[in-house]
Amino acid sequence: MYDPTVARLTYRALLGRRRAAILFVLPALLIVIAVAVRMFAGADDQVASDVLGGFAIATMVPLIGVIAGTGAIGPEIDDGSIVYLLAKPVKRPRIIFTKLVVAIAVTMVFSAVPTLIAGLILNGNGQQIAVAYTIAALVASIAYSALFLLLGTVSRHAVVLGLVYALVWEALFGSLVPGARTLSVQQWSLALAEKVGGGGAITSDVGLPVATVLLVAVTVVATWYAGQKLRTLKLAGEE
Amino acid sequence: MSTETGAATGSETSRIHNIGYRAYDGPRLGRAYARRSLYSQSLRGSFGLGRSTKSKVLPMLLLGVMCLVAAVIVALAIATPNTTQLPIKYTSFAIYLQAVIGLFIAAQAPQSVSRDLRFKSIPLYFSRPIERGDYVLAKFAAMVSALFVITAAPLVILYVGALLGKFDFADQTKWFAQGMVSVALLSVLFAGLGLVMAALTPRRGFGVAAVIAVLTITYGAVSTIQGIAWTTGSTGAVPWLGLFSPITLVDGVQTAFLGADSAFPGGEGPGAGAGVVYLIVVLALVAGSYAVLMRRYRRVGL
Repeated sequence: MYDPTVARLTYRALLGRRRAAILFVLPALLIVIAVAVRMFAGADDQVASDVLGGFAIATMVPLIGVIAGTGAIGPEIDDGSIVYLLAKPVKRPRIIFTKLVVAIAVTMVFSAVPTLIAGLILNGNGQQIAVAYTIAALVASIAYSALFLLLGTVSRHAVVLGLVYALVWEALFGSLVPGARTLSVQQWSLALAEKVGGGGAITSDVGLPVATVLLVAVTVVATWYAGQKLRTLKLAGEE
Repeated sequence: MSTETGAATGSETSRIHNIGYRAYDGPRLGRAYARRSLYSQSLRGSFGLGRSTKSKVLPMLLLGVMCLVAAVIVALAIATPNTTQLPIKYTSFAIYLQAVIGLFIAAQAPQSVSRDLRFKSIPLYFSRPIERGDYVLAKFAAMVSALFVITAAPLVILYVGALLGKFDFADQTKWFAQGMVSVALLSVLFAGLGLVMAALTPRRGFGVAAVIAVLTITYGAVSTIQGIAWTTGSTGAVPWLGLFSPITLVDGVQTAFLGADSAFPGGEGPGAGAGVVYLIVVLALVAGSYAVLMRRYRRVGL
């Protein structure tokens, strides 16, 4: 199911030149914040949890997910060069699967690794907080990548839609309407982190079994549907 | 150009074959007209007017959300007996709904400039009698106006509602004026930053992500650190940290000069002294983004 050539092209599209800059800026910012906070406030479990939960998981991971997930396929569909790829004897679901693997890998590297480093800087993995949030970031990377890759095949405005989901649904509605939190990748991944982290420093609004089922379901369904969408893709003109 | 060919027609005898082309001798509308057209087209384009139905959906939806929230606030204030003022200040409105404003600028700034770069229509603009400065000025002004429309419309609704509810006229007018100044400042600042980020990339998708990153990520980072600084007792640092994100800059300026309540943790907004620094930073950012745009279009696509 994995096609090395498609993967290589996708990596180059994602990490080429200026596009990668934004991917580097966010993790760098997280680490700078972690260092500043450590010097400011010293090692404190609650502060570490606030920074990782409030900035890393809530803001950074979704944003990198949007960039990597939609960036893996969006620009190609946008400028029409996807037809050269589709004309090759490679199955469409296979293309999607390969692009998904690449998007997941990129999201994981740029979100989970800095989260771990920031967590170690903040409180030296006290109460397993660094590891717990890293696991949450890893799991969230998979679900976000699948979700936003699907958006990339469905709509021309995938980035905007992805941001609306990440900012308006998860952040705004999630903080106002408790029910919205049940349907949020962020809370599902935090459910896993809650299990790993000790001392109740991390809380999630979703139970672990529900979260696991929903995570797997969203990832599988999104990938399958993206494959289906790509099979019947229509190349429209620019608006 | 055309005047030269007009002069060349003088020597009829040297012509081998005259296919009857005529020089244009109608009125020439000139540079100011071209600049005005570019401005109005860009402004209409930010709301999807004159474009496809699909591209009207998002901007109109965001404008609708802003106005709806304002209408609900007004309705609640009037329906509640014995209220003498609105539940929120005019200046707080844009701060509360910053996510909506951020999405609007993120979606519309790349729409306004990235496509010109990507489809190489910039040289076509410059084949008209406009110059680099005119293009930048028109796009900048259009984006500022679009943002002003989306941020000022809900304030007008609040104001009209407040007057209909027979709240104190003098107070409401003063606060409304302060709110308008604050959203005007916000519009100029956000438009500048948004256009700079969008003009750096010809890809619309990356432009959207970059604008959101500048507006939202910095806000997330700043408010996280401010929260920590406040809980750990370093309250003196809170106002200075606000210098590092656009929305907290606007918050700081209006707290210092426009009688707003700061949204900083503990309401620790800057005083008049720090407020001057805020204002200087805002003006420097606006001037800086204009300079960057001018520089960006000095040699593009030619």
